[in-house]
Parts: sequence; structure tokens; C-alpha cells
Amino acid sequence: MATKHSRAAARLMISPAVLLLLAWMIIPLAMTLYFSFLSYNLMSPGMERWIGFTNYQYFLTDPAFFAALTNTILLVVGVLIVTVIGGTLFALLLDQPFFGQGIVRIMVIAPFFVMPTVSALVWKNMFMNPVNGLFAHLFKALGLQPFDFLAQAPLASIIGIVSWQWLPFATLILLTALQSLDQEQLEAAEMDGAPWLSRFIHIMLPHLARAITVVILIQTIFLLSIFAEILVTTNGGPGTASTNLTYLIYMQSLLQFDVGGGSAGGVVAIILANIVAIFLMRMIGKNLEA
Amino acid sequence: MGRITLDKVRKAFGPVEVIPPLDLTIEDGEFVVFVGPSGCGKSTLLRLIAGLEDVSGGEIRIDRVDATTLPPAKRGLAMVFQSYALYPHMSVRKNIAFPMKMAGVPKDEQDRRIEAAAKALNLTDYLDRRPGQLSGGQRQRVAIGRAIVREPSAFLFDEPLSNLDAALRVGMRLEISELHARLKTTMVYVTHDQVEAMTMADKIVVLRAGRIEQVGAPLELYQSPRNTFVAGFIGSPKMNLIEGPEAARHDAHTIGVRPEHIAVSTEGGQWQGRVGVSEHLGSDTFLHVHDTGLAEALTVRVGGEVALHQGDTVWLSPEADKIHRFDADGLRIG
Repeated sequence: MATKHSRAAARLMISPAVLLLLAWMIIPLAMTLYFSFLSYNLMSPGMERWIGFTNYQYFLTDPAFFAALTNTILLVVGVLIVTVIGGTLFALLLDQPFFGQGIVRIMVIAPFFVMPTVSALVWKNMFMNPVNGLFAHLFKALGLQPFDFLAQAPLASIIGIVSWQWLPFATLILLTALQSLDQEQLEAAEMDGAPWLSRFIHIMLPHLARAITVVILIQTIFLLSIFAEILVTTNGGPGTASTNLTYLIYMQSLLQFDVGGGSAGGVVAIILANIVAIFLMRMIGKNLEA
Repeated sequence: MGRITLDKVRKAFGPVEVIPPLDLTIEDGEFVVFVGPSGCGKSTLLRLIAGLEDVSGGEIRIDRVDATTLPPAKRGLAMVFQSYALYPHMSVRKNIAFPMKMAGVPKDEQDRRIEAAAKALNLTDYLDRRPGQLSGGQRQRVAIGRAIVREPSAFLFDEPLSNLDAALRVGMRLEISELHARLKTTMVYVTHDQVEAMTMADKIVVLRAGRIEQVGAPLELYQSPRNTFVAGFIGSPKMNLIEGPEAARHDAHTIGVRPEHIAVSTEGGQWQGRVGVSEHLGSDTFLHVHDTGLAEALTVRVGGEVALHQGDTVWLSPEADKIHRFDADGLRIG
């Protein structure tokens, strides 16, 4: 990447793309920041005025905010636990040679191709519905009272739905990692007298550490902004039992028409997400370097 | 302590029989080398002994105990792999400690054995490094260290030197031989390099297509190869194999003469030929002699500083008592 001249030319040529992308990001961010300091309600147009940090004050002291924050954390951590553990187990299973391996592997990946709204609707109406759902039929067949998942355990149900969607992703990445493990290492461990569980703990898990890191990192980014599943199934309810930050901001700005308050929430969410990102990178970045 | 007996051991992968029924006894304390071209089943045979592959038939006895169905860990053998198979996320110390940790050896005993192994293998300064930070030779020594601390009844080596450069290979060859002299434990060593086999072995097992062609001490194989395959495989450069009228003159289908058993003269001799390529090694020169009417080319060893050039005419005379004779099936006569 040679001379000063060619570097200058390179910069000049990529500048349109960089400027466009920058504008794409900066303008919405700047507008959100600006709106967050305004009293701006769509019900009373033309009445916008500068109110400083009042929006933030209202948003942060709203009891729904803490509920949403807790729910967001529970949702992210819950799905991560299910997908990482489940993904590892599935990967171990799919790594075994068996009849029809190719087809089974493709079918395991399938849920990832179903869009979130569709999968949430299928789960809500065909599985979890307390009258017509498959689970209701199962319960009735066993002589039990059908369980109304989305009313009794809304957050757990959403964790289940989202986990179902993300399990294939974790499985796929962990399976490829598992397949890249040197078989001679496992054989050496076998010769060294390690039973299967020891081989898993001492050889396979450390080998998987990097892949698990990648799974956690990527999933966290997407799970912080879960929205469609909540909108389609519980609408954040009952009460705020399944409202996460994204859904709270949506309620604020589009159901209560409070653009100012919603923008303040958005800025808070950006700050929180960045805090999470910094911690994740600190903790996990080390793992990626080694 | 480390006597391994293979009794009609057979191995097939599906319909393909890679090792037809085979008998072999490895005596306690012996250094046995399995040698053969690639794909001859020597690694498979080693893995059968290790227990990493199941036999398709026959019996493996270790110290007179039937070990045919024992899992690898229960056989009391230690193996050094071609890729070393060190655990990349563990330090050298933990790598060496791993088999003892699995066996539940007390901590202070572990430390004692690690120190002893590290001292013997010159690894003391590297105990806290990871395998990734070591050179090829050091990794090799860690793999050996991991095998030693288990105090196995026999060591199994699967082409352990093939990933090292030439100079290191010679050094490690010596170290492994010294290790054997010190420990006096049975060692089974797989290689495709006949130089390793000749220099290290007490007993060489030459394999071809899963079959044992000959078993014997290195010099025994060199002096009286049982057939043309062993004759061609053992010795470097290869033995010259000559067929046709010249062989018939010796009442044989094929005769073999080693390059070092042929005298070269510029005045006269038994076979006349023309010098082709000559390979100068310093101490020796290998001449490829063409147009003798006996074979495509004969290889001859002459002294290091010899004034023969491409195209020169030379006469070759084999040492009469060093001519090997083989019949039409390639088997040795006499």
C-alpha cells in the first residue's frame, strides 16, 4: 500500500461511501438526541419546546423503566444460557456419526430461517394457546389443567420462543468448532486415561471457549433489541411483565405519542448497550486474542 | 513388564482388509520398529495395540493378559503422536501432569515426576509455557515427557520425528535411543524412514500391505533379506536388483547387489557402463551407471573424492560373496 500519493487517492475514493454511512448514522442519532430534550407529543403538534433533561427524569424514574431493564437482562441472560448449553449439547449430538446426518443437520438449522414474527405467531397460536394449542391438548390428554403460558409466565415463554430461534445459530457455530478439534488430542487424552466427561471438560470445552465467546457476543447484540416476538405475543403484558427496553421505548413514542420521552429512552438504551458492549469486549476480547 | 503378543490379529475397515491375520511377539524391553511404505498398515497396527482401533479378529496380550477388548487407558501403554497432540490451552507442566491427574496420583508425587521428566528432557525452563510457544523439538519432548510420567509398560511412537527438520530429527533419534537405554522399557516405533529403523531398532518389522515381510535385527535384514521387497526397502541407497541372463548365470530369477558392494574401475571389470548423474555427499559419491545392459541404471557407491564425470566409461565388479539371489517369487535362495 505503497506511496503517499496512492494513499491519498484511496482516501479520496472511499470518502463518498464513508460520508454516506456517517450521515446515515449521525443524522438519526442527532435527531434522537435533539428530540429527547423537547416536549414533543404527536397529539399536540406545533407545541414543541425545549425542556432540558425533564424527559430523562421522567423516563428514568418511571417504575416501568426498572421493570423493563430487569426484563431485558433476564431475557438476554436466559436466552444465552439456554442456547449456549443447548447448543453445546446439540453440537455434541450432531458430531456423532449416525444415519441421515446431513438431513438432520439441515433440519436443525431450519428455525433460523423462520422470521421472528412468524415463529412467534406459530408458538402463540399453535403451541401455547390455552384452548387450541398443542401444549393444551397435551395437558388435557394427561388430565391436567391447560397452562396459559403467555399469561402465567410471559417472560419465560418469550425466552423459550427466542431460544428456539437462536439455538440453531449456537449449534451451528459450536458444531463447526467441535469438528475442528484435532482428533489426536482426544485420542491422546483417551490414552492418558481420561473418561468421556474429563475429555469434555479438559479438552473439548477449552477448545470451544472461543466459539462460545463469539456466540455470546453476537447473540447479546441481537437479543438486546428483541421486539417482534413481544409485540406479536404479549404486547409487553400482563402489565410490564414482558416489557423490555425496546418495547418500552416503542410504547412511549408510538402508543403514547410521546416522541420526546421515547427519544430519551432511546438514548438511555444506547448508553446501556454501550456499557454492556464495553464490558463484554473487556471480558471476552481477552479470550479471542489468545 | 512389557511383553506384547499379537495372535492372529486381523483388521478390516468394512470390506477392505487392511491387516490380514498376523502374529508377532514383542519381548519385554525391546525396541521394535514397524517400517514400511505409506499405507502398509503400520500405523493401524500400532493403533490396534494402543486400543484406539478395535481388532476385527484375533487376540492382543500384554504381559500375558488378554487386552483385546480393554480400553486404551487400561492397557498401561503410553503413546506419542505424530502431531504430538499436546493440549494447546494447558502449560507444559499441566500437559505432563494430565495423565497423572486422571490417574489420581498425589500432588507431591506428580511434582516429583514432572521435575524428573523435565530434567531428563531439558524442559525445566519451559514448564510454564504453552505448547504454542515452543519449537517443534521441544513439543516433541513434551509429548515424550507426558508419556514417561505415566511409567507405562510400553511406549508407542507413531512417526514421531516426521514433523521435524533433518538436523533435529538426527538429534531426537539419538535422544529416544538414549531414553530407551536408560528406561529399558519396551518401545514400539512406527516409521517410514528405514534410516530411523536401522539406527534405533533392536528388532525391525518390515510391513507391506498389512503383511509382515520379515522380522529381525537391523543387520540381519541388511545381510539376508528374505525377499526382494525387504532387499529393496532396507539399505540406502536401494539395492540394485538385476533380472535376466545375468541372474540366470547365478541360477536365480533375480540377483541383488548393494551399491556399497560393487567395485568401480576405469580399466576393466565384469560389467561395462557409462556414468550418468553422480551425487556427491562429501564422504561418499553415488554414481548412477547406465547402459550396462542389466537394468535401467545401477547405483554404485564410491569414495568421496572421485574423478569420474558424466559420460565416462567405467567397469563394475560385484563382490562375489555379497550377491543376493532370489527366485521367481522374489524369495531368497540359500
